Amino acid sequence: MRIRLTFSKQGALRYTGHLDLHTLIERAARRAQLPLAYSQGFHPTPKIQLASALPLGFSSRAEMMDIWLTTEDSEVSASKLRSDLQATLPRDIQILDIQIVDDRAPALQTQLIASEYEATIPDEHASNLTIRLAALVDALSLPRVRRGKTYDLRPLIESLALAPPSAPLSRNTGEGSGVRVFMRLTAREGATGRPEEVLSALDIPPEDVRVERTRLIFQG
Amino acid sequence: MLTPEQIETKLDRILLKVQKPGRYVGGELNSILKDWDSVSLRAALIFPDIYDIGVSNVGLKILYDQINQREDALAERAYAPWTDMEALMREHGIPLYTLESKRPLSGFDLLGFTLPYETLYTNALNILDLAGIPLRAEERDLSHPIVIAGGHSTTNPEPMHAFIDAFVIGEGEEVIHDIINAVQKFKSLQVGMFEPSNFQTFKRENLLLELARIPGVYVPRFYQPHYMDDGTIERMDALAEGIANPIVKRIVAKLPPPPTKFIVPNIEVVHNRASVEIMRGCTRGCRFCQAGMITRPVRERSVEEVVAAAREAIQSSGFEELALMSLSSSDYTHIMELVTAIGEEFKDKKLVVSLPSLRIESVSVDLMDKLRDRRGSGFTLAPEAATERMRRIINKFIPDEDIINTTREIYRRGWTTIKLYFMIGHPSETLEDVQAIADLCKRVIAEGRKVAGMRVKLNAGVSTFVPKPQTPFQWVACDTRENILAKQDLLRRQLRDKNIKLSWTKPDDTLLEAFLSRGDRKLADVVYTAWKNGARFDAWGDQMKFDVWMNAFAEHGLDPAFYTHRPRRTDEIFAWDHITAAVRKNFLFQDFRQSLEGQIRVDCRLNCFACGILPTFIDVRRDHPGEGWKCPDVKTPKRERVVNSKQLSVISNQALALPQVHRDNVSGGVLPEVEGAVVGD
Repeated sequence: MRIRLTFSKQGALRYTGHLDLHTLIERAARRAQLPLAYSQGFHPTPKIQLASALPLGFSSRAEMMDIWLTTEDSEVSASKLRSDLQATLPRDIQILDIQIVDDRAPALQTQLIASEYEATIPDEHASNLTIRLAALVDALSLPRVRRGKTYDLRPLIESLALAPPSAPLSRNTGEGSGVRVFMRLTAREGATGRPEEVLSALDIPPEDVRVERTRLIFQG
Repeated sequence: MLTPEQIETKLDRILLKVQKPGRYVGGELNSILKDWDSVSLRAALIFPDIYDIGVSNVGLKILYDQINQREDALAERAYAPWTDMEALMREHGIPLYTLESKRPLSGFDLLGFTLPYETLYTNALNILDLAGIPLRAEERDLSHPIVIAGGHSTTNPEPMHAFIDAFVIGEGEEVIHDIINAVQKFKSLQVGMFEPSNFQTFKRENLLLELARIPGVYVPRFYQPHYMDDGTIERMDALAEGIANPIVKRIVAKLPPPPTKFIVPNIEVVHNRASVEIMRGCTRGCRFCQAGMITRPVRERSVEEVVAAAREAIQSSGFEELALMSLSSSDYTHIMELVTAIGEEFKDKKLVVSLPSLRIESVSVDLMDKLRDRRGSGFTLAPEAATERMRRIINKFIPDEDIINTTREIYRRGWTTIKLYFMIGHPSETLEDVQAIADLCKRVIAEGRKVAGMRVKLNAGVSTFVPKPQTPFQWVACDTRENILAKQDLLRRQLRDKNIKLSWTKPDDTLLEAFLSRGDRKLADVVYTAWKNGARFDAWGDQMKFDVWMNAFAEHGLDPAFYTHRPRRTDEIFAWDHITAAVRKNFLFQDFRQSLEGQIRVDCRLNCFACGILPTFIDVRRDHPGEGWKCPDVKTPKRERVVNSKQLSVISNQALALPQVHRDNVSGGVLPEVEGAVVGD
């Protein structure tokens, strides 16, 4: 069977990277005695697929992943799986939703089209922020160099604005109040917008900013 | 002192600038965060290397459990920050903190370092400095934590004597409680007292004296060495009443239940595994092996206990690997039964089981076959030497034919890579002995090709021997740089087969280990100066700065060769002679002499050689008879007659002539006299 988890990733686990998260989930499943399905071949690995890698240091309240189990769909309920797995996960991961999905459904990665983020900008970097955001949005192109390649950041930005005051407060705003910026960036294969690139384009050092992924957006 | 919240806020600003920030944030499964105010003693346990290495250390895990099981105490963890993190912590004024509560180390009552090897010394100093604690014990007052250290390198604690308040000699499971009780009692007397600061220094000394009176605890400030004109030790005086001289190591009569709730890191570390210690100590008596000499007696856990602990450890951690730990797996009495039971328990669980230190014999291949789930991993054996003469000298006697037959069988059963460990620099080694290492490797590969074709590979790990304190080789000199280089050069020239991968230890690393492990108190200044001038992470090949060490020696007018290359007089009093692992110096010397004569000693399970363990712990053994220990049973009642020490050598010689004597025969005849022999010493 194939289960689809939606979960948050906070606190110390912000510093656990994509590959390490795979291992972490694998161990949690083993502790919960969930029978993971393994790939075939010389080095079998558990079949776990994350929708999208979350950059190191980001928290999230909207990560998604598929896990394949050798159990049949009828043998166990989603709510039982949820409580079993939650009990063995570190406290910084909270399962928000669990669904049993069709084994033939397309992979999450191929369906993802955009991600939404909330960045908390420290006050010292926040002067004239509205104007700077507008300048970025109004630009026809934003050529940037990443890993030696030049690309245009502008088409990857779908939305960029100060977060409305009514937006729910992120749990990890850190010190001071800061100013929150909302961004929606494309997340298609070969066209993934990166919040840290947007921050750099705003002349804000990304390492000074708390970023939280707030939503993954899929086709259909 | 910064609060945990202040430290976390500062960390947030720097963590994305360092490699692997996950090292510095804690939050792991099975880590324990207790209410700070609910206990009367707070300990920080420290592995002075990076998290990736330290987090899986079993020794500290045992103490972490021991302390946290108490309602009146808590233990948290800290590790050495890597150089990038250290720089940022200093720049941002972040003191070293524990991962659990993010409190600065300076706020704890007790700091416990593990020092399993000497190349951690400068890191320990650096950690104290990052914690804002005076490095020298004499400069600390009551506002500072008590700094203790344990681990194998404390068999010679002298190079670190100036920095550590109290060393724990031997096993920590019981003595840690004695120490905690003493500190708690002392703290309770402190409450509400008015004290000028000079009075405080005096009071700290009172607590340290209490600690010094605990068996197995060494507080250097209460001991004073006197030197001879040639710089060697004349004697070591105890300066206080009621403290031991020599300090005898602590042991536990029976191994307590092993830890099963392992910390599960949220990032990739060196050893991603749960470990169960199946046996402590070793009866083989390899003369180069410090661990084998200082961890006696051999005590085993039962198969049932090991299997139950392994089940619980894997269940609570979800680790993909289980290590069954001991110094010599093959010598565990019920090894086949254990391996069968473990294989059965974890069948179809995709678990890798590692079984270190297997003897070179076909049974070992059967054992590994039972455990193997995924082919492709290597098979490791340690012949250590390649000529019969050398194997007799080091007392690890394995005929070439056994090595060839075993390795051939390993290749035949489908392992493609074998790792063979050797050492160069053994006493009296010649280039012929080194050549034999190359010849043996070539023969192993040639025989492997006959059964498994051209794909077979061999990794030859050739380290350089360091004569360690408390071993039969403590009298010999370390090989010189010129000799080491010539021997390594020979191996490189001889082993050019593309399927043989040779690795070796740099002479700088060997010499550093040699003078740190064999040093006296004068070396403390060298360690301090080397640290001050940038030495740290000395165990890391790319970080070690040998010239900094040489300059530190020069600055203090000391010669490293005095410690590394000087042949020791047979009657020399060593800098570490006031510390004993309960293996008598006479026994070690006799074993050294037998080494020079090429005489081997068999497994001491077959034949007790009266090393000194039993007389020292005779009451413990009498109270714990039977299979648990591998020493002979004590059948004499308490307070046996005293026999003079001359009889001891006679007994040992007899024992040597009768290598097949059964344990029971030995226990009846030899022991009462052995007991007396030590009294007469």
